[in-house]
Amino acid sequence: MKLNQTLALVAGFTVALQVATAGNITGKVTLKGTPPAEKEITGITDAACSAGHTTPMKTRFFVVGAGGELADTVVMLKGISGKSTGAAAPAVLVDQKGCEYVPYVGAAQTGQKILVKNSDQTMHNVHPSPANAAGGNKEENKAQFAGAADLTFTFPAAENFLKFKCDVHPWMFSYITVVDHPYFAVTGKDGAFTIKDVPAGKYKIVALHRKAAPAGVEQDVEVTADGAKTDFTLEVK
Amino acid sequence: MAEPRYNPWLHRFAILTALATLALLGVGGLVTSHGVGMAVPDWPNTYGYNMFLFPPSKWVGGIFYEHTHRLVASGVGLLTTILAGWLWFTESRRWLRWLGVIAFFGVVLQGVLGGLRVVLFKDQIGIFHAALAQLFFALICALSLFTSRWWLGLARSSPTQRAAQDAPERVGAESGAPLRPLFLATTILIFLQLLLGATMRHQHAGLAIPDFPLAYGKVWPATDTVAVAAYNAQRLELTTANPITALQIGLQMFHRLMALGILICAAALAWRAKQSDSERATDEWSTNGVHANSAQPLRRLAFLWLGLILVQAGLGAWTIWSQKAADVATAHVLVGALSLVTGVLGCLICFRRPAGNASASVASTAQVARHPARLAAIVNL
Repeated sequence: MKLNQTLALVAGFTVALQVATAGNITGKVTLKGTPPAEKEITGITDAACSAGHTTPMKTRFFVVGAGGELADTVVMLKGISGKSTGAAAPAVLVDQKGCEYVPYVGAAQTGQKILVKNSDQTMHNVHPSPANAAGGNKEENKAQFAGAADLTFTFPAAENFLKFKCDVHPWMFSYITVVDHPYFAVTGKDGAFTIKDVPAGKYKIVALHRKAAPAGVEQDVEVTADGAKTDFTLEVK
Repeated sequence: MAEPRYNPWLHRFAILTALATLALLGVGGLVTSHGVGMAVPDWPNTYGYNMFLFPPSKWVGGIFYEHTHRLVASGVGLLTTILAGWLWFTESRRWLRWLGVIAFFGVVLQGVLGGLRVVLFKDQIGIFHAALAQLFFALICALSLFTSRWWLGLARSSPTQRAAQDAPERVGAESGAPLRPLFLATTILIFLQLLLGATMRHQHAGLAIPDFPLAYGKVWPATDTVAVAAYNAQRLELTTANPITALQIGLQMFHRLMALGILICAAALAWRAKQSDSERATDEWSTNGVHANSAQPLRRLAFLWLGLILVQAGLGAWTIWSQKAADVATAHVLVGALSLVTGVLGCLICFRRPAGNASASVASTAQVARHPARLAAIVNL
C-alpha cells in the first residue's frame, strides 16, 4: 500500500515536472503562389443536400485567406512514435452537413475514437479507405440513414490524410491524419496552429497539406518552458 | 445429329439478351464514371433490404446508379438463364448448347465478382469484373449470330455448294481469308485496350492527363517526382480523390498510342476489304450466289468497324476535353464494347467461311462424296 502511494507520488511528480517544462508550439502557415480556382460541384441530384447552402457547393482544396493564410494544414512533430494517448482522449467528431464533411481535414491519434455524425435529412455511406492496411488500418463501408446513431471508427496505425468518402454523394471527402502521439494541430482559416504541452526539447516539425505539401515540409524547432514559435510557407507551383 | 433449324424466337431472344447486356454495360459505366461503385455497402442485400424490395424513395444520389446496375444485372442473369436453357433443350448443335452453359456460368461468375468487389474492397476484382463484362457481351452477341438465319444459311451453303460446284482453287479468292489477320489483330488490340481502360477506370484517379492531343502541354509528359507533384497540386477532381502517379500517366499515354494503332489496323482492314471485294467483282465467278451471301457483309462490317473506331477515338478525346463527364465517359465505354463485339463477330465470320473453304480446297467433290459423315460434321458446325 505504502509502495503504491510512493509510486503514485513519483508518477504525479514526473507528470507535473513535464508539464512545468512543456510549452506550446504556435505558428502560422501561409501559401505562396496562386492556387487553381475551386470547382463548383455539379450533378447534385439529392435535394436534401441543398439544405443549408446559400451558395453553390465548391471543392475545398485550397482554403486560403486574403493574406495567404492556409487552412487545412496538418502540423505535427515528426520522429515520435508510441506516445499515443488516443485510447483515453475524447472522440474526434466528423459531421455530415449539407452533404459535406465537416471538417474537411482533421487529425486524430491512433486508437482514438472518430465519431461520424449525420446531420442531414438523407442517407450517407461512410467509407474510410486507409492506405496503411499493413499497419492494421481497415477499410470499412457503413450505411448511415438520416437520424441514425453516430458511427465510430478507430485506426491503430499512423497514416496521413486517411480518406473518408461518401459514395452516395461522391464529392464528399474528409481526410483524417492519424498520428501516434498527441503533438499535432490543424490550421484554421487564419492559418494559425497551436500544438499544446510539448515537452521541452529539439524536434522536427512537419506541415502537410493535401495539395500544396502532400509529402510535408519539415523544419527544426526547439521547445522550452516558454514554448516555441515556427511559421511555414508552402508553395503551389 | 439433326440438321440445325432456324428458330426465329430463339434468335430474337438472344438479341434481346444482347441488348439487355449492352444496357447493363452502360449502367455499369455510369456507376464507375460517377464514382459511386461503393454507394451500396452491402451485398447481396441493399442497405439491409432484399435487393428487389429496396424502396425507390431511397434511391438517392449514387445509390440510384449502383442499385439500378444490380437490378439490370439480375435481369440479364434471368435472360441468360432462359437463353441457356432454351439452347440446351432445343438446339441440335452440341457446341452451341455448351456455349449457352458457358454464358450461364459466366453471368453467375460476373454477378459474384460484382458483389465481392463491394464487400472485399478490391479494385482488382473491379478490373476483372469489367473485362469479363466485355467478354460476356461478346459471347451473347456471338450466340445471337450463331442462332441467326444468315449464319445457318452460310453453314449450309459453303461446303456443299463449293464442293459440288466450285473449282477448289477459286474458293480462296472469295473467302474472308485475306482479312483474317487484320480482323484478329485489331480485335485483340481492342480487347487489350479495353483492359487498359478498365485498369485506369478502377484506380479511381480520374484523368491522369487533362489535355489532348498534347499531354501536360507536351508531346510526351514529364513523369519525374517533381512534375507529378506539380500535376497533383494543380488538378481538382470532383469525385476521384486519389492522386495520380507516373505509372498512371504512362498507362494513359499507352492507351493513346494503342488507340492510334487500332485506328491504323481498322483503316488497313477496310482498305483490304475494299480491295478484296473489287478483285472479286472483276471475277466472273463472283456472281455466284454463295459469294453474294458472304463477301459483302465482311466488307460492310469492316467499314462499320472503322466508323465505330473513329467515333470511339472522338469520344476518347471528348472524355478528356469534358474533364471526364460521366455521360461522355460512359459512351466511350459503350462504343468500346460495340467495337470489340464487331471485331469478334467479324473474326467469327471470316474464320468460319474459310473453314468451309479449306475443307473444300483439300477435298474434291468426289472426296466429299466419299465421306458423307465428314460433310455432315462440317454442315453442322
